[in-house]
Amino acid sequence: METMEQILGQQAFFADFPAAFVKLIAGCARNHHFKAGEYLIREGDPADRFYLVRQGRVALEITAPARAPIIATTLGEGEIVGVSWLIPPYRAEFDARAMEPVRAIGMNATCLRGKCEADHHLGYEMMKRFLPVMVKRLHATRLQILDVYGQR
Amino acid sequence: MGTEVLKDPFVPEIYRVESVRRELADAVTLELAPVSGKRPDFRPGQFNMLYAFGVGEVAISMSVSAHEGPGFVHTVRNAGAVSGALARLEPGSTLGVRGPFGTGWPVAEAEGRDVLIVAGGLGLAPLRPAIQEVLAHRERFGRVTILVGCRSPSEILYQHDLEQWKQRLDVNVEVTVDHAGTDWHGNVGFVTTLIPRSPFDPANVVAMVCGPEVMMRFAATGLQKGGVPASSIYLSMERNMKCAIGLCGHCQFGPAFICKDGPVLPLDRIAGLLTVQEV
Amino acid sequence: MQAFKAETPGFVTDTAGLQCLFDVLADEGYRVVGPTLRDDAIVYGDIDGVTDLPSGWTDRQAPGRYALERRQDNALFGYAVGPHSWKKFLFPPIETLWSAHRGADGAMSVTVPERPADKFAFVGVRSCEIHAMAVQDKVFGEGAYVDAAYAARRSDAFIVAVNCAEPGGTCFCVSMETGPRAAEGFDLALTELIDAGEPMFLVETGSEAGRRILEQVPHAAATAAQAEAAMTVSERAAAQMGRSLDTSGIKELLQSNPEHSRWDDVAARCLSCANCTMVCPTCFCSTVEDHSDLTGQNAERVRKWDSCFTMDFSYIHGGSVRASGSARYRQWMTHKLANWIDQFGTSGCVGCGRCVTWCPVGIDLTEEVAAIRAVPDEGRSR
Repeated sequence: METMEQILGQQAFFADFPAAFVKLIAGCARNHHFKAGEYLIREGDPADRFYLVRQGRVALEITAPARAPIIATTLGEGEIVGVSWLIPPYRAEFDARAMEPVRAIGMNATCLRGKCEADHHLGYEMMKRFLPVMVKRLHATRLQILDVYGQR
Repeated sequence: MGTEVLKDPFVPEIYRVESVRRELADAVTLELAPVSGKRPDFRPGQFNMLYAFGVGEVAISMSVSAHEGPGFVHTVRNAGAVSGALARLEPGSTLGVRGPFGTGWPVAEAEGRDVLIVAGGLGLAPLRPAIQEVLAHRERFGRVTILVGCRSPSEILYQHDLEQWKQRLDVNVEVTVDHAGTDWHGNVGFVTTLIPRSPFDPANVVAMVCGPEVMMRFAATGLQKGGVPASSIYLSMERNMKCAIGLCGHCQFGPAFICKDGPVLPLDRIAGLLTVQEV
Repeated sequence: MQAFKAETPGFVTDTAGLQCLFDVLADEGYRVVGPTLRDDAIVYGDIDGVTDLPSGWTDRQAPGRYALERRQDNALFGYAVGPHSWKKFLFPPIETLWSAHRGADGAMSVTVPERPADKFAFVGVRSCEIHAMAVQDKVFGEGAYVDAAYAARRSDAFIVAVNCAEPGGTCFCVSMETGPRAAEGFDLALTELIDAGEPMFLVETGSEAGRRILEQVPHAAATAAQAEAAMTVSERAAAQMGRSLDTSGIKELLQSNPEHSRWDDVAARCLSCANCTMVCPTCFCSTVEDHSDLTGQNAERVRKWDSCFTMDFSYIHGGSVRASGSARYRQWMTHKLANWIDQFGTSGCVGCGRCVTWCPVGIDLTEEVAAIRAVPDEGRSR
């Protein structure tokens, strides 16, 4: 059986992550399975976990009163679900719903934050991986808002 | 022996509407056949000037490959006076057609390489003939990926074709929409988000991109970030067009005339101007 | 000083010979067009003879200024160029391309109108204008698609060049290497010699057609002194350019400065009136209009001169691509002086100065280029 260390090492997200750090964070990680329709994250909950999707598709949703929920984006294999664990007050800002059966690695954020605080080199390596994710999502969202295919 | 009279490139041929198919709320597909003579051959990505009686002409790409039927097929969105008049045509009515004009998609050049199609909105229409020709000779190409972005699930063009392509094991088809409710089971996100998730060899891929200019610009950026050289990225550009034969000056994009040097242009030829406003 | 040397001594003729030339051309079936006074300007129109020419008049030109003035002599061609160019004859401002008709069954048909088969003789063509015709020949006649009507009018045309003796204050043909002396592209070339009082003309032939026509016109062999005098006219003209334009590396200069602050500067002055494009002898842009009659059964497709200074010019569904004046001015000047070279292997500017003279606010493209050249590579970071 593969160890969590091996599994993490194979993820593109952790490419070039120093082996010592993989070992360090493996202790914060465990495998999760979600059935279609189950929520990985609920808006407003403490952001005490983020997920690295290994299989399946996840929808980030926003609901508003008297309106059908809107899917803001969908995320798939190799992508990160949950970035609020990095930013105080560590509260989830979206619902994340499994659109199909999902396998993911869940990271205990409290555990990871502690290790990042203790070792800023580790913290920096994590930041280098999360910042592009956030910038890419912000950019893609801007393009969505542009509504480029609509009639002008 | 008779002398061959050179055809006046300003004068259209008369075509009859054979069928009209509603694609979207504001878009129809017209199947056209020449009233007399034969439809000329054409390459994927080329366009015709369609003339609506008394209203005017508009440039519209062919949306079905020349090998798939005897006529011209055009998907027209009701976006102005001329395209509106065209979109209201009924079977049996006549219109003027000049063409084919312009450069095509580099289908032959893509043989032996991976093919990546990136379509946004109605941009799938000019790309469909290229997809059809690639799939007709599937064995000549490496991995084939078709990425389609639309505004919402109800605005996905050619759903029937997409379903058929998806069923093939030798084609990777991904559709994404910008806006969707929870009843949508596919991808949500701008079409560029599909690029890093797609299987292709950046050093050995030909990318054909068509959609609104801003979408193409960011798709091109995404492809380049993924290691695809600008010379392997082709965009189909749009500018105001009157004559389609390089004489009226309207369609200039820097030194290029979109009508004759394009509409399909390699990114390395236009990259410098793509980020300049109001060119 | 630029020096000229005649290939052959040539011939001479006088005012009576010139009148005879007009008559011979008319007899040969040419529609003779030349300079004449109208609306306080020297324009090109149908002329019968020498008396229609602007005898004793000249034009004073400066950015945004054009005025006729009396000369001290009776020179017939003692001016530079006016607001017209020969473009309006070879490439008509309005032309019906074809008509569409709807039959009783509703089916459409198309007919192409008979075009007037005018055979033009242009008299008084400046060297810069010969170059302008050559530029438009490349546009309309040398691509994959040819404007057949233009090509027919052009190949039928008989060109009587008159070497420029009086360049205007906005001229810069020397910079563009398009004048002032016509080297080729004419059937006959005249140099007006007026030191003797009444105009005399040194005549050179540039084609077989030119030689054939000249045979029917009274003329004598030129003396060495007369040939020398004609060269002096061109040398003096070359030294009197009102403007100059440094064309070295101009393609790269303009193409690499699309966001130079000077475009905003010029746009603050530019009225987007399109005058520069209308008077330019090489500007070739056109649009098409559709006219239908009240029955709705007949429609015409009409081609008209257009200008890149209008908002409609770059309209695509949703709006105009070049919404700002700076983008439109940049398009015009970059096309004219830079992109044209990529497109047609030649500059689109012949240095005639019309765009400078006829700009209502006196925008001078030579000055605009100089300003960009003075501070190049400015822009993207602004």
